[in-house]
Amino acid sequence: MPVTTIAQRDVHVDAEGFLTEYAEWDEQLAVQLASNIGIDLTDEHWKVIRFLRADFRDHGATPTLRRVTVAGSVPTKRLFELFPKKPAKKMAYIAGLPKPQGCV
Amino acid sequence: MTTTANEPVLVPKFDDDYASRKLAIICSKGNLDMAYPGLVLANAALGEGVETHLFFTFWGFDMILKSRMHDLKFTPLGNTATHMPQGIGGLPGITAMATAKMKRQIAEIGVPEVPEFLEQIVASGGHLWACRMSADMMHIDESDLYEAVEGIISAADFIDKTQGAQLLFI
Repeated sequence: MPVTTIAQRDVHVDAEGFLTEYAEWDEQLAVQLASNIGIDLTDEHWKVIRFLRADFRDHGATPTLRRVTVAGSVPTKRLFELFPKKPAKKMAYIAGLPKPQGCV
Repeated sequence: MTTTANEPVLVPKFDDDYASRKLAIICSKGNLDMAYPGLVLANAALGEGVETHLFFTFWGFDMILKSRMHDLKFTPLGNTATHMPQGIGGLPGITAMATAKMKRQIAEIGVPEVPEFLEQIVASGGHLWACRMSADMMHIDESDLYEAVEGIISAADFIDKTQGAQLLFI
């Protein structure tokens, strides 16, 4: 498992760069992860990121876009504006979670 | 950002050449089970940043007709993959029973019904088009169609709009 250094600390990541250890993430790290992919986190981004963290903790899986819309109450259209092009993967990356596995 | 001298930070490649990728899906079937492959793939492509167009033609109109989109059906008749005796498929009530079961299975895995799925695809930036010839044959106009359908267009117009796209016929 590769280790990379983000925000002055070593974190475990998969081959693509997604964090693999839930506990290694914190909000300071998220700011740097977001910056790595060109996103400045606003309150709206944080609402999504915190939902992802809580949902993963409670259900053991990264929520899909649909789940963020339905259970996290953020419209799909807004997710595409906040995390352009590949919202599901970008959200997961910033939240320090694996890519979502669900199809829908 | 701190990076060790010779080891760059590992960042996923989100902005690859998908920006130029396009997908066109022709939906020609009106059965419940044949509606989903196009919807699932369109939704997946949009989530990967791929420009996606769906073209509804012939029986595929059932997916975008306001009067029918909530009521697609599944029949085991003629479908050997259900592994039921074919004679049973034609009995009264079997289509309704099979449809209810399939709808329940789809709902159980958190996948929306057809109208809601189309809504999600449109919210994700997907484009919906209806086939001119089918509309003319069935005497259908825009008022009969789901509001988010962008237009009734000819096959040639669809080919024009999807220049360079990968194409799926379902």
